[in-house]
Amino acid sequence: MARREQERMGEKRTGEKRAEQKRMEQQKKAVGAGPKGVKGLSTSRGRYGNRREIFLTTGVFLALFLAVIVYLGHFVATSEQEMMNNSYNPRQQILLSRNYRGRILSRDGEVLAETVQDASQKEYRNYPYGSLFSHVVGYSTQGRMGVEALANYYLINTNTSLSNKVANDMAGVKNPGDDVYTTLDVQIQKVADEQLSLYRGAIIVTEVSTGKILALVSHPDFDPNRIEEIWDGLVEDKESSVLLNRATQGLYPPGSTFKIVTALEYYREDPAAYQSYSFQCGGHYTVGDSRINCYHGASHGSVNFTSSFAKSCNSSFANIGMGLDRNAFAETLKGLLFNEELPLTLPYLRSSVAMSESLSTDEMMQTSIGQGKTQITPMHLNMITCAIANHGTLMKPYVIDSVKNDEGDIVKSFQPEAYGRLMSEEEAAFLTELMTAVVEQGTASKLRGQSYTAAGKTGSAEYNNVKGDSHAWFTGFAPAQDPEVCVTIIVEGAGSGGDYAVPIAKRIFDTYFSEK
Amino acid sequence: MQEYFIELSKYFITFFMVLYTAAGFYVFRYREESARRTVYLVQSGMMFAVQALCFLTLALDSGDIQYLFFFAFVQIFMFAAVMMVTLIYERANRLLLNNMCMLLGVGFCMISRMSFQRAIRQYVIVLVSLTISYLIGRIRFFKKLTWAYAAAGIVLLSIVLILGEVSRGSKISFTVGGVTFQPSEFVKILFLFFLAAALWEDVSLGRIALTALIAGIHVVILVVSKDLGSALIFFSCFVLVVFIASRNYLYLLGGLCGGSAAAVAAYFLFSHVQNRVLAWRDPWTYIDKQGYQIAHSLFAVSGGGWFGMGLLRGDPSAIPLVEADFIFSSVCEELGVIFGICVILVCVSSFVMIMEIALRIHDRFYQMIVYGIGVMYIFQIFLTVGGGIKFIPMTGVTLPFVSYGGSSCMTSMIMFFIIQGIYIRLQQAEGRAQRPPSRARKDPPSGAKRTVKTNAREDRRENG
Repeated sequence: MARREQERMGEKRTGEKRAEQKRMEQQKKAVGAGPKGVKGLSTSRGRYGNRREIFLTTGVFLALFLAVIVYLGHFVATSEQEMMNNSYNPRQQILLSRNYRGRILSRDGEVLAETVQDASQKEYRNYPYGSLFSHVVGYSTQGRMGVEALANYYLINTNTSLSNKVANDMAGVKNPGDDVYTTLDVQIQKVADEQLSLYRGAIIVTEVSTGKILALVSHPDFDPNRIEEIWDGLVEDKESSVLLNRATQGLYPPGSTFKIVTALEYYREDPAAYQSYSFQCGGHYTVGDSRINCYHGASHGSVNFTSSFAKSCNSSFANIGMGLDRNAFAETLKGLLFNEELPLTLPYLRSSVAMSESLSTDEMMQTSIGQGKTQITPMHLNMITCAIANHGTLMKPYVIDSVKNDEGDIVKSFQPEAYGRLMSEEEAAFLTELMTAVVEQGTASKLRGQSYTAAGKTGSAEYNNVKGDSHAWFTGFAPAQDPEVCVTIIVEGAGSGGDYAVPIAKRIFDTYFSEK
Repeated sequence: MQEYFIELSKYFITFFMVLYTAAGFYVFRYREESARRTVYLVQSGMMFAVQALCFLTLALDSGDIQYLFFFAFVQIFMFAAVMMVTLIYERANRLLLNNMCMLLGVGFCMISRMSFQRAIRQYVIVLVSLTISYLIGRIRFFKKLTWAYAAAGIVLLSIVLILGEVSRGSKISFTVGGVTFQPSEFVKILFLFFLAAALWEDVSLGRIALTALIAGIHVVILVVSKDLGSALIFFSCFVLVVFIASRNYLYLLGGLCGGSAAAVAAYFLFSHVQNRVLAWRDPWTYIDKQGYQIAHSLFAVSGGGWFGMGLLRGDPSAIPLVEADFIFSSVCEELGVIFGICVILVCVSSFVMIMEIALRIHDRFYQMIVYGIGVMYIFQIFLTVGGGIKFIPMTGVTLPFVSYGGSSCMTSMIMFFIIQGIYIRLQQAEGRAQRPPSRARKDPPSGAKRTVKTNAREDRRENG
C-alpha cells in the first residue's frame, strides 16, 4: 500500500514537471501551487489527484463526438437523394413550389418529358412521344415511375445561375429544374415498339461496353399524358398488368435461353469434355418416369455439343443436365445472380431457380432446359448476355447519362461502371462460339447473312401444360467478333423464338448499324 | 437584389460560424484569460455577424420588420450579459459566456422563425434566468446539506410523478399559474449538489452504496415517469462522479455494466423503450407511427445539405416537437450541416473548458460540481444530437440554450453561472496563493520567482 502511494506521488511529480516544462516553453504564466487555507476552496488532496480521470472523461466524450460528426457528415454526403425521393418527405413539395420540374431528354437531345403551362397557367407534364416511353420514362403524378422516379431529385432541384434565380425571383416565376439526359435512343425505341406491335412482352437493347440502356419497351403500354384519367382503370386491371414494367419486373420461364447457363456449367466442370460429346436424339429423353420432349417433338438425330445448343435439343440438354454436379451448378447460378440482387437502379424482381442435391430427376431435367420452377426477368437475361459479349465482365446497366442545368452546363455526369466478372474470358469466348453457331446453323438462322454477324440464343418457353403455348425468346448480340449491342426480346404467347423473336432482333440490329 | 443577399448570406453565415468555432478552440493555446482577450474579441465580432445576417435574412425573406426589432432586443441582452458579467463578475470565463450567448442567439433565431410568440416568451425566460443565475452564481454552497439536497430532489420528482401532466406519454411537467415547469431539469442541479456533498470527503464502499441507493431512487422515479432521457443523464452523471471521486476504475466498469443491464431490462419491460429502439433501427418501415419523428428529422438534416436551405426555406414544422427535442435537425436544415457541426463543436469547446476548470480546482466538493455539470451538459448534447440523426435511439431531451423551453434554458444557465462563480473564486484563490512566494508549495526557488514575475506582468496588463 505504502509503495503504491509512493508511486502515485512520483507520478504526480513527473506530471507536474512535464506541465512545468510545457509552461516554460510557452512562456505562460504558471498557476499557483497549493491554495491551502483559502476560504471556501480548501484542498483535501493534491491538485493532480484525479487529473488522469478527468483527461479520460474528456477524451472519451471527444471520441464520441468525433463519431457523431463523422456519422452526420457521412449521412449528409450520401443520403440526400434517397431522403428527397422518399414520398413522405414534404420537401419535394417545397422544391416544386419554387422550381418547375426539369425535362427528360433522349441521348441525342429529343425531349421525352417536359413541364409546360396550359392557357390557365396550370402546369402539366407533357410526354411528346405518348406511350412510346411509358415504362422507362414513366410518370410523375400518380406516384412516380421510371426515370421520373430515378431522377426525381435532379428534376426538382435547380442549378441555374444565381443571376437567373434573381431574374426569376423579380419576375415572380419559378426556376427551371435541371434537365436529365438519358441513354435512350428514340429510333431504336421506335423500332422495338413497332416490332413488338400488339403482342405483350418486353424488349431491352443495351450497349455492351458501357451498360447504357438504349431502348426499353414493355407491352402493353399506356399514355403517360393521360395517366390521371386512366389511372383507376390501370390499377384495377389485374389481368394485363399494364403498369408492370415487364422488362425488369416480368418473371418468365427462360426456356431454351437457359441452355446458355447449362452449357456454361458443363464447360466449367470440364473444359475439354464438349469436344467428344455426342447424343442420339429421338425427340424425347426418358429417365424412369420422367420424360423430356424436344420442341414440337422434333427429332434431332445424332448431335454433338455445339449442334445440341444450336438446334436447341431439349433431350440432349436434359441428358447433359443429369450429368452435372448440382453443388457446382448452384454456385454458378449464384455467380450469375440468380436468386440474388441485381446491380440495377430501376425497380426489378429477382430471378429464381432451385438447384440442390435434393432436386428430383424430373426437376433436374426441367431445370436444365429452362423449364420447371425457374423464372427470370428479361433484364437479367440481358445482363448475362451482355457479360458474355463483354468478355465476361458485367457493366451495370444505367439509363441516366447526365444532368445539366437549363443553360446546358453539366451538373452531374454518370460514367459506365463495371459490376464485376460473371465468367472467365475463355468461358465467354466458348459461349460466344456456341451462340454464333445458333445463328449460323441453328434456330436463329433468320439473322444469317447480314452485313454484321450476330450471336444469340432462342427460346420457346412453355408456360402451361397445353402444348404449343410458349413465349418466344431471343437474347443475343452483334457483331459476334467485337460485340457492340445486346438485345433481349420476349414475346408472350407468340410461339417459337426462332420464328417470332429473331426477326425482331434482326430489325433492331439493322436499325442500330444503319444509325452508326 | 434580395435573392442575391439571401443566397450569399447563407455562405457568410457558415463562414463566420466556422471562424467563431475555430476561435473557441484556439483559446486553449493560452492558459490565462487575459491572454485570450483578442480571441474573445474575434468571437464577439463573429457572433454579431452571424446573428445580424440571420435576422436580416429573416426580415428580408418574410418582409416582416419585427425580426429586426427582435434582433435589437437580442443584442441588448447579449450586451447586457457580457457587460454585467465582465463588469460585476470581473474575471468570468469569457469562452463559456460567449458560447452561451452564441447558442442562445442561434436558438432565438430558430425559435422566432417558427413562432414569434414563443421567441418572445423564451426571451423573457432568458432574462429572468440571467438574473436568477447571476444570484445563484454568487452563493457559496453548503457542503453539509447532503440529505437535504437528496430529499428536495426526490420530493420534487415525486410531485411530478403523482400530479404531473401527461404529455406524449410521459409525466414530466406541471403547471402553476399558467407557467409550465419541468422539475426534472432543476433537480439536475440538486442531484449534482447531493453527489458532491455525499462524496467529497468520504468515498468508502458504504458511502458509495448509500449514494447509489439515493441516486437509484431518482433514476427509478424518472423511468416510471417515462422521462428516459433524464433518467439516462442522471445515471451516467452518477457513475462518472463516483468514478472521479473514488478514482476507482472498477466503479466505472460496474456502472457501465449495470447501466447496460438496466437498459436491456428496460427494453423488455417497457413498450415505449421498444418503440424508441424500433424507430432507431428502421424508421422507414414504421414511418407512419414510431419512426415518424426520426424520419422527418432525417429528411430535414439531409434536405439542408452542407450549407442549408436558407432560413425560412425549409419545413421544420414537419417534425413534431421540433423546437424542443429536434431543434438541431432544423438548424441543420436551414443553416446547413456545417453550421450544425459548428454548433456541436461550440458545445464541445464549452465542455473542454469546463473540464479544464475542473482540473484546476483543488476543492473536491467544487471540483465534483464543475465536473458533474460538464458531463451532464455534454451527455445531454450527445443524446439529443445523436438521437436526431439516428446515431443512437431518440430519448427526447433538449439541446441546452438552443431549444425552446424555460426549465431547460434556466437550468443550463444556472449551471453555467455556478461554474462562473466557482471559476472566479478559483482565480482569486490562485492569485492569492501566488502573491506571497513563501506560500507556494515546495517549488524550486527559480520557479517561484518566475511565478511572481509572470504574475506581475499579468497585473500590468490588467492595469493597461
